[in-house]
Amino acid sequence: MNKIVTGIVFGAVLGFLDGATAWFTPEVRPVIGGILVGSSIKGLLVGLLSGWFARKVNSMKWGIVFASVVGLLFAFGIALMQGNHYLEILLPGFVTGAIIGFLTQRAGAPSKQTV
Amino acid sequence: MELSDSVLQHLRAVVDLPDFGGTRYELEGEIGRGGLGAVYAAFDRQLQRRVAIKVLDGEEEARVIAGLEHPAIVPIYDAGTLPDGRAYYAMKLVSGERLDRYPRGDVPLSERLRLVERVGEAVAFAHTRGVLHRDLKPQNVMVGSFGEVYVMDWGVEGVAGTPQFRAPEQASGAAALDHRADVYALGALLRFVLPADPPRMLRAIAAKAMEPNPADRYGDVPALLRDLQRFQNGQAVEACPDSRWQRTRRFAVRNQVLLLLLAAFVAVKFFLFFVRRL
Repeated sequence: MNKIVTGIVFGAVLGFLDGATAWFTPEVRPVIGGILVGSSIKGLLVGLLSGWFARKVNSMKWGIVFASVVGLLFAFGIALMQGNHYLEILLPGFVTGAIIGFLTQRAGAPSKQTV
Repeated sequence: MELSDSVLQHLRAVVDLPDFGGTRYELEGEIGRGGLGAVYAAFDRQLQRRVAIKVLDGEEEARVIAGLEHPAIVPIYDAGTLPDGRAYYAMKLVSGERLDRYPRGDVPLSERLRLVERVGEAVAFAHTRGVLHRDLKPQNVMVGSFGEVYVMDWGVEGVAGTPQFRAPEQASGAAALDHRADVYALGALLRFVLPADPPRMLRAIAAKAMEPNPADRYGDVPALLRDLQRFQNGQAVEACPDSRWQRTRRFAVRNQVLLLLLAAFVAVKFFLFFVRRL
């Protein structure tokens, strides 16, 4: 499995788990389906970009920093669309991004070199 | 006429030197002596380079080494017969130190293990060619000036080995030795290069390699090398299985960044959960 696919898989799974925790907030339970889909897509996109970055840069530190910033930016976009729950969206988005960054650096085969 | 002591000593040394007349080599002097013969430094007039020449009674050793082309096995350049009928072979002259004279005081553990690994790789390679070393010991390992490692004095049938590095079955003169005799010697070599107070797992690896019963040792040299690699990767080694607590601790150390990030994720979720209730 290459790093981009690794990023997409881990990103989607972590995004789904992140969204699933919204179930503990009773006021958003009616729209939990939309949150799950949105959060999974957000994670998937962060994973895609992190996987692409991991193919270019082999550095755990910069992989985590890059994915954290991307996760934060996507979370900020979603929070802007929501218009509220900034903290609940931004903080987990940031940490989820960091985890995805770690996983894309640690796992997944680097791109094949051609001569 | 009286001869001084130094002249006598010189004459004695010259008499002992083999005659390389009729060969392309110009003898420089003796540089070592093993159970199977002496090694001399010489100058190859044809190729204009210095070489090491081993003079011995049979040609078997030269044939054995010539069949082993490996970065950690000294390459053979030439072989022949001296005017006195003894066989010789010329090989690369390695500049460096024998492992038993190699200064190990300040050498880090990772470097010590690298030396053993290089030796092990050469021995494992020889085993795949059906060759046993039979006399693996620090005196037969050269460490070059750039850290390169060479295993020398490849044994031939009938070599008795060296007590401290010799497997019990070899000491008892067992007719059919197998590669596990070299596993024993490699374990002894590992124990030799380890610092005074080595990590428990490395002691266990050496002890497993040196089990008196060959069946209790590592099955082959690569199995021993894999255990050394596991140790260096911070993993449990076959020679010393971990308890559940040690396994957990090792996993946590190996994955501390991931565990910290997951803990941060859980902490953030709990924080947000309680903040909402304020």
